[in-house]
Amino acid sequence: MSDNKENTPMVNTGEYFTSGNLAVAEGSLAAGCKFFGGYPITPSSEVAEHMSIKLPQTKGHFVQFEDEIASIASILGASWGGWKSMTATSGPGYSLMLENIGLGIMTETPCVIVNVQRGGPSTGLPTLVGQQDIQQARWGSHGDYEIIALSPNSVQECFDLAITAFNLAEEYRVPVTILMDETIGHMSEKLIIPEKEKIKIVNRKKPTNEADGHLPYKADEDLIPPMAVAGEGYNVITTGLTHDERGYPALDADAQKILLTRLLDKIRKNKDKIIKLEEYMLDDSEFVIVSFGISSRAAKGAVNLARKKGLKVGYLRLITVWPFPDEQINQIAEKVKAIFITEINSGQVTREVKRAVEGKTEVHGLLKLGGAIHTPAEIVEEIERRTK
Amino acid sequence: MTEEEIGLIEAEEHPLDCYLRKGRIPHIWCPGCSLGSVATMIIEAIRETGIDPKNISVISGIGCTGRTAGYLNFDSFHTTHGRAIPFAIGLGLTDPNRKIIVISGDGDLASIGGNHLIHAARRNADITVICVNNFQYGMTGGQVGPTSYKGQVQTTAPYSNIEEPFNLPELIKACGATYVARWTALDVRRVKESFVEAINHKGFSFVEILGACPTTYGRRNQLREGIAILENFKERAVIEHGIDTEKVAIGKEGPIIVGRFVDIHDKPSLTDNLLSIQRMATASKGKGS
Ligand code: SF4
Repeated sequence: MSDNKENTPMVNTGEYFTSGNLAVAEGSLAAGCKFFGGYPITPSSEVAEHMSIKLPQTKGHFVQFEDEIASIASILGASWGGWKSMTATSGPGYSLMLENIGLGIMTETPCVIVNVQRGGPSTGLPTLVGQQDIQQARWGSHGDYEIIALSPNSVQECFDLAITAFNLAEEYRVPVTILMDETIGHMSEKLIIPEKEKIKIVNRKKPTNEADGHLPYKADEDLIPPMAVAGEGYNVITTGLTHDERGYPALDADAQKILLTRLLDKIRKNKDKIIKLEEYMLDDSEFVIVSFGISSRAAKGAVNLARKKGLKVGYLRLITVWPFPDEQINQIAEKVKAIFITEINSGQVTREVKRAVEGKTEVHGLLKLGGAIHTPAEIVEEIERRTK
Repeated sequence: MTEEEIGLIEAEEHPLDCYLRKGRIPHIWCPGCSLGSVATMIIEAIRETGIDPKNISVISGIGCTGRTAGYLNFDSFHTTHGRAIPFAIGLGLTDPNRKIIVISGDGDLASIGGNHLIHAARRNADITVICVNNFQYGMTGGQVGPTSYKGQVQTTAPYSNIEEPFNLPELIKACGATYVARWTALDVRRVKESFVEAINHKGFSFVEILGACPTTYGRRNQLREGIAILENFKERAVIEHGIDTEKVAIGKEGPIIVGRFVDIHDKPSLTDNLLSIQRMATASKGKGS
């Protein structure tokens, strides 16, 4: 393999005081990202800017494309060239990317998309916080699919989850979205970049059989096919059409069922391995706040405040937003009097929690509609009001 | 006939068979369509360049022409409508030795993908774009498109098309492409030569092939058979190498000017520029930035 083909990670070990946007870029470099195709958009542009400085230093490439559609298409192409690749955007750009995220899902192309969310719909609040793309990330592309989406709540976690995102993308051969938000992207905190040896990197499985007669979409037992890339002599083939194990278009209900079932199951059946949650004071709690991203910072503060007041409140944070932790939330529902969700949208995670609890407990969304984050005091006030 | 040739016939194998994906033929194209011969010319041209097939990638968008990549036995990618070019750029940049050939139709490349087409030319991206222009949308049943000429009748221009078409060579040249040519699908020898030149070209090369679509273009425009379209091309085609592309617009009547219009060799390509940025970045990193 030529020097250019290796996903050589760039690990800038050290302690920094920096922003979430720069941290997610550094995490991506540490994961071995070598290609960034992007288009400027507030509040994500610093990710692109940082990658434009760093990638050429790693023998990678940064290209600013004409739009977000080109950006996502380019990173799919780069991934098929054997490079780990990514883009970063915000809600409007993510909307434009969705068709090709679908192509990435259908062609099982590892790549990472950072969405630094702002208030919407439409141009909305470009410079202010939002968490309104949760359902867009899940359902925005046409057709049925399963996706992985992660939501960091600190600068450190932007770095850590960037590595996780690339690892999951490579392992499951699926585009992975990092759902950040304006506050997480722009706030500055301490970031520790560990030594290279301490970072676990996952690379896509490669085929071990001969190119002749190779079936590029025949999955192993884990439902994931090994991935040859361009230039390796396998004559790789991709199509967004429904296809068989050879990668040939197969336009009938049977082929559709076989392919789609596998694409769904490779995520669904590995949910337990993919889902990461953070629990806090859950054991004896009567009330639980479910949250994620920046909203979870206020939620955790609210737990501490409530405990001081003698209210038994616990906390569950979705580090993985998709696939959704149905079982875990259902189990919690059996033990508590009510679940509260803090989120900056009109109830996108709240509806998932309602679905997951199957009526076993009360569910209340404590919702902000964009532009501002919760305060711990107002969360506690709301809990007190609703539980009197 | 040599023994070898006889052997080939007995095996019912064509020497180009190995460049087509096993089990994908018969193709979906209509009788009289030009796409089969364009695909053959691409294979012939690749063979003539002598490039290791491992280093060839073929990328298509959506449409009748967009099916081409899937038939060819190279690394081949059937992408989304209009997005073959940015996919191809990303793929190409991962290995400067990789030859990238985009083959798609006029609607795919010049309408929905128009933005990518002009920017790829502006960047002098290291890709060859083969645009088979059949003047309308074939796969969806013959709707009017950005290359339909005034007066053309299509399913969504039932009273005749009222808009001016793109003059593709002029558009692409203006955007900075360093190789631009146009041929009719009838002229297989020159098509192949032009493909060889385009594939060997460093930077952005664009070849427009005027193709026959009897099914959804011809029958609405008094050119019912594929051969009638090609004969119409033959009557009207005039070779004018190096002509000012302003003069090569295609109308309902009048000459169809073909030839190699642009062939520039001294302009750095996108890959050249990115590699020199890498050198700058590595040097400045050494200085501690
Ligand atoms: S519809 Fe036209 S372009 Fe499409 S395959 Fe048939 S003849 Fe060819």
